[in-house]
Amino acid sequence: MSMQTAGTGTQNRVVIAHGGGGELMGRLIRDHLLPPLRNERLAALTDSAVLPWSAGEVVFTTDSYVVTPLEFPGGNIGRLAVAGTVNDLAVMGATPLALSLGLILEEGLPLEVLDRVIATLAATAREAGVEIVTGDTKVIERRASAAPGGTPTEGLFINTAGVGRLRPGVRLGLERIEPGDAILVNGPIAEHGLAVMSVRNGIEFESSLRSDVAPLNGLVAALLDAGGDIKFLRDATRGGVAGVLADICDGRNLSLEIDEARVPLSATARHAAEMLGLDPLTVANEGKCVVVVAEQDAERTLRACRAHPLGRDAALIGRVVDTTPALVELMTRAGGRRVVQRPYGEELPRIC
Amino acid sequence: MCLAVPGQIIACHGDEATVDLQGNQLKVSRVLTPEAVVGDWVLVHAGFAITQLDEAEARETWDYLQQALGDPTGDEPGGEAS
Amino acid sequence: MNTAAPQLVSRLRELCRGREPRIQLMEVCGTHTVAIFRTGLRGLLPPELRLVSGPGCPVCVTAQRHIDAAIELAARPGVILATYGDMLRVPGRRGSLERLRAEGATIHVVNSARTALDLAREHADRQVVFLGVGFETTAPATAATVLEADREGIKNFCVLMCHKLVVPAMRALLNAGDVPLDGFLAPGHVSVIIGAAAYAPIVAEHHRPVVIAGFEPDQILRGLVALVRQVCEARAAIENVYSAVVTDAGNCVALDLLAKVCVPADTAWRELGTIPQSGLELAPPYRRFDALERFGVQLGADENHPLCRCGEVITGKAEPADCPAFADACTPLSPIGPCMVSSEGTCAAWYKYNRAAVQTGRHG
Repeated sequence: MSMQTAGTGTQNRVVIAHGGGGELMGRLIRDHLLPPLRNERLAALTDSAVLPWSAGEVVFTTDSYVVTPLEFPGGNIGRLAVAGTVNDLAVMGATPLALSLGLILEEGLPLEVLDRVIATLAATAREAGVEIVTGDTKVIERRASAAPGGTPTEGLFINTAGVGRLRPGVRLGLERIEPGDAILVNGPIAEHGLAVMSVRNGIEFESSLRSDVAPLNGLVAALLDAGGDIKFLRDATRGGVAGVLADICDGRNLSLEIDEARVPLSATARHAAEMLGLDPLTVANEGKCVVVVAEQDAERTLRACRAHPLGRDAALIGRVVDTTPALVELMTRAGGRRVVQRPYGEELPRIC
Repeated sequence: MCLAVPGQIIACHGDEATVDLQGNQLKVSRVLTPEAVVGDWVLVHAGFAITQLDEAEARETWDYLQQALGDPTGDEPGGEAS
Repeated sequence: MNTAAPQLVSRLRELCRGREPRIQLMEVCGTHTVAIFRTGLRGLLPPELRLVSGPGCPVCVTAQRHIDAAIELAARPGVILATYGDMLRVPGRRGSLERLRAEGATIHVVNSARTALDLAREHADRQVVFLGVGFETTAPATAATVLEADREGIKNFCVLMCHKLVVPAMRALLNAGDVPLDGFLAPGHVSVIIGAAAYAPIVAEHHRPVVIAGFEPDQILRGLVALVRQVCEARAAIENVYSAVVTDAGNCVALDLLAKVCVPADTAWRELGTIPQSGLELAPPYRRFDALERFGVQLGADENHPLCRCGEVITGKAEPADCPAFADACTPLSPIGPCMVSSEGTCAAWYKYNRAAVQTGRHG
């Protein structure tokens, strides 16, 4: 079957045959995937990519991306797919080297959507200084139409796995955290989750909020280069900052005190969260990490963070303390305290 | 029992109004506040403006209206660990 | 950020100092319960002041028979059930709307009754049933939407009426006399609609002060200070600290709309039984929009879980920690009763903000 020229109708959409391993799939890869991703390893289209390795430890991660809608203010699933996996490597103290790209396309997906996603994905990879060195493409049959008023099937799922090299001399881990350590975030929180919600069916509101999705490996490298004793890093994705704080509290059985007034939160995000009845601490981010650093190096690390474009509005938000039992507590703006817990699941916006 | 948030009407179209909430915009019904016009502040609940309010009073009553747009924290600018 | 909270807290402590027996105030509204926890105010209150939760969580007080009716309607072929998200996980006799949705029923979470009407416009071949839950803050939205449907001659939209009225509930609580209450912190946004003067029967019949406050920390504290002052001075008056949005008369347009489209009716409240004239039904000219009538569904009986003590919690007779199931058999992930499911349920609030502290005795 020959590929039709650009026009209306199914010629411009993914069809089952695109996943068949034959001519049509070859054209899909050659015309829609290789050009934006342009690198020699990928273009060779070998079964596996061969990467040079000299010394040091391999850091390896994988993540799948199923966000809907595919495109949202500030980014799309392609940017997410690179930034998310790069960040998982970066927060381990690894220099990201290469990513794999697994695509699952649904029959009916407009090719122009695919093109936009891949273009953004490629641009994000260049920004992060990583290459997509190997990939896979599958096509699934069109799913039954969504229930009326529900999110229409968007038909694009991505898996990226990433390898990196652990920076020599870096020792990051929960076990290094001690009472007295300072806690830092690199900028305003809750923007990704709220931006996605603003375009999600059933919630819709216009917003100036943009997803903060960004690869953080450059920022993390700058923080580690600054030479302070950084104990632990984690990106605050699903579950928000509260999720990471809960990880620390549960993992180390230590308490954390967070100063609500110091948590960076834009007026727009704050108002949107109020409108939806959500706690900003529990809303997802895709360009924010929580940094735990020795008390004496807190200021130095903060300065290094603020010197980087992705850390301009960084703030020291609290510290690790040795009160028992282990709880995460927020010192509220009103001068009181309350417990912060991991959210149960996807927090639905409230009305009543 | 009721989440309601304050915002300013920036456009009216028939029974509907667009309300700005510090950079977020919602389309709501004006049916319960028929006299509200562009520039007025209203309280929004469940897709409806339920009452009008004075801007100065609104800023005094709601803590988050005191934060400047573009200010990433609620603190005074340059707030560092003291 | 300017806040008068520290001064207000001091004032409150000063006013309460040495009070014996302690002052018991009811926070009628679930939104107040949550706000008091979330802002950290709970732990700042003096020990001589006890705040008791009231029946002001519309999700918590929706009788099981209404949930069962919603489930039955949603299961009917061709029905799209539209509901506020708060209701999704509330357990009926057999399952919840959330579970029914997972089994294939068409159930949509909406943020506004108008969205439900839009669904009806978009899907002329389906019947849209809107679950109308909430107090007087939310009821006018339902009424306005019914009116709009009526004007446009929309035939595939109807409402399962579950709206309830706050003042009759407060009166029923006081008439039952089970819990000594010195005063009420009244719900700010309900009051926007009904007006401050609506609480007159509480003051006249029961001589308890009623103070209307908003939900920001300064507002709550001002409200509590005003209440405590009245209690200490043995006064009982309506006081409004939320004057930015609450007037004596309320929103007359909204009240007129309610009077036109709805009528008060005797209504079953979860665990509280039937309270006279405490809910809203559709007025005769709009009965054809009533979902129960349109589908010929009868309300069944309530069959509440034997371990569930939500009824005592919402009437201030018990605190969540008094319930043997709390944080044990009943948790937010596996709730037995609505007080744990609802994001404003007292048990959910305690579990989220206070459980750990209850175990350690650190907070109030």
